[in-house]
Amino acid sequence: MSNKDQLDYLDELEAEAIYILREVAGQFEKPALLFSGGKDSITLVYLALKAFRPGKFPFPLVHIDTGHNFDEAIIYRDQLIERIGEKLIVGYVQEDIDAGRVVEQRGKNASRNQLQTVTLLNTIAKHQFDACIGGARRDEEKARAKERIFSVRDEFGQWDPKRQRPELWNQYNGKIHKGENVRVFPISNWTELDVWNYIRRENIPLPSLYFSHERDVITRNGVYMAASPFLNMDDEDIVERKSVRFRTVGDMSCTAAVESYAYHIDDIIDEISASRISERGARMDDKVSEAAMEDRKKGGYF
Amino acid sequence: MNILKFLTAGSVDDGKSTLIGRLLYDSEAILADQLEALQRANRKNDDGTIDLAILTDGLKAEREQGITIDVAYKYFQTEKRKFIIADTPGHIQYTRNMVTGASNSDLAIILIDARKGVIEQTIRHSFLVSLLGLPRVLVAVNKMDMVDFSQEVFENIVEDYKKLAKKVGLENVAYIPVSALKGDNIVHKSVRMPWYLGESLLPYLESVEIPVDTQSDHGRFPVQWVVRPQTDELHDYRGYAGRVASGSFRVNDKVTVLPSGFQSTISKIELAEQEPDVAVAGMSVTVHLQDEIDISRGDMLVSAQNQPMVSQQIEADLCWMDTKPLDTTHTYFLQHNSKLTRCRIQEVLHKVNINTLEKESADEFKLNDIGRIVIKTADPVVFDLFQNNKANGGAILIDGRTNVTVGALMFRANAD
Repeated sequence: MSNKDQLDYLDELEAEAIYILREVAGQFEKPALLFSGGKDSITLVYLALKAFRPGKFPFPLVHIDTGHNFDEAIIYRDQLIERIGEKLIVGYVQEDIDAGRVVEQRGKNASRNQLQTVTLLNTIAKHQFDACIGGARRDEEKARAKERIFSVRDEFGQWDPKRQRPELWNQYNGKIHKGENVRVFPISNWTELDVWNYIRRENIPLPSLYFSHERDVITRNGVYMAASPFLNMDDEDIVERKSVRFRTVGDMSCTAAVESYAYHIDDIIDEISASRISERGARMDDKVSEAAMEDRKKGGYF
Repeated sequence: MNILKFLTAGSVDDGKSTLIGRLLYDSEAILADQLEALQRANRKNDDGTIDLAILTDGLKAEREQGITIDVAYKYFQTEKRKFIIADTPGHIQYTRNMVTGASNSDLAIILIDARKGVIEQTIRHSFLVSLLGLPRVLVAVNKMDMVDFSQEVFENIVEDYKKLAKKVGLENVAYIPVSALKGDNIVHKSVRMPWYLGESLLPYLESVEIPVDTQSDHGRFPVQWVVRPQTDELHDYRGYAGRVASGSFRVNDKVTVLPSGFQSTISKIELAEQEPDVAVAGMSVTVHLQDEIDISRGDMLVSAQNQPMVSQQIEADLCWMDTKPLDTTHTYFLQHNSKLTRCRIQEVLHKVNINTLEKESADEFKLNDIGRIVIKTADPVVFDLFQNNKANGGAILIDGRTNVTVGALMFRANAD
């Protein structure tokens, strides 16, 4: 017996995530890795490299493209795919809008964030994915704090918090009926700070959005939003030039920026360590109600 | 810095959620917008302070009913350690949730209300913690403010608990008198209990040692996945990917492949692009052997000089987790590390009344029942006894009709 000091906490988190990724490979027929272009799913890709190289990934990367992306995120995505030589599948929200399967939101705070659930479910159905790996973490939000690492969704993509399977030791039960799928969260036990410390330790390149840059922004509901053609602006909106960065990378219409002078990863880690606002605090989509995330997850949201 | 995973056992009335809220609040792990959401929800204690318990009540139904139904995981970190808390419900109808939380913890905090002392649920929680083999237990005697911070009350409870600990077989128990509501002995030492000379809760959690079995002859490596690139330049590459469950493996170690029994020698260990000489418990690596042997997911590499048991008939403790009772005529799936096989519960030996610890005869095995059974499996299972090696001694039962996890098994003896 020895004291639990053989592995540093980042080593332990890494080993657990690799273990989970390999369980997905071993238990499912057609898994996929949901790639958003954000730092969490980028971290997943680098963990998958450790889990499966020199072999190929036993799954493609899947990106749900809302059409309201930051250019930097798409450029990053395409360069990454070219570098690692893995397969990318893109599901377009625009196609679902054009086909009339979803209707765009109206009004000042309109966003395509809600619509991507439909495109995600359609993409899963089209390719018959039985497991979708995602970068969600339990420290992000209260409903996520209770979600399993292997989280079963019914054929409508719904999460039922009352009927979650017990998850014991490291025994992940991936058995499902046809039409169901499992969302798998290998970095469930990581915090935002853990992800950043890991990215620094592993020298993982990130989209430039995460670092401070000058940008035209407007103030909405107390947060900065990037001025873009995708944002419904009116005369009350005043465009200002600010030094900002993004703590998450989602849609341009729902991802808020924070004023920041963090140009290097060390600055960001210092900033987060000292910060008093959690990263989802800069997401307009969670502010709607006390139970916003739980309701969206029940509807099939990631 | 390492990670401590701990479980809090107690009911709403013991102030469990308040204790966790206090740890997060006093260690400044609550962020500004979460605090704002807390204030928006506007739940107050009688004395007007913010109700910290709401921080851990995640789901709507729980907020409505004011109880913790599921397992919620909470994260915080100090300069010394990273902590993962499994907040589990204490009521008897949620025994399975507590078993789930305990299975993933290194330490349990058992909360006792100073006014009530050792009660039925304390017995139940202590039994479960012992059943799941947690290496460390901390008894937090809470609500000391309600008993005038009395040393005598605390010491009487400690004496009572020592008897219980002996009865259920718990070792390594520590005791701390606290008031979660007022913050006494949580992060800071209480000035109102100068008679208590030990550590406060947080310093204790920061420094308590958690044993890990890294002994070289206890090596257990369940193969999860075989890496075979099958490209021109890596034509002969064949790596066995998995996570070391217990013990350690070194390059040149002799290993046995089970259940086949083939022997070989480790030629290389890979961790991404590194090639470490040794892989210890907890590490996810890729192992290469000198000989070409047919090995696939579900097989296990073990230290040649100390081998686990291989059997199709095992005596085990079972915790039943499904609303549909155990059916001894039905064929279930057993999932044990990377091995999946069909099985049947051949015999129910007895049930345990988890409030009194009495053994009872068992005609029916229902949700939250715990007892001793004999299981028969279709394929041989490579296992250790749970009391000797948790990482290779626990398994789950799955009902193929619903695909739900219906039971947790702790292997106790080879019944072959």
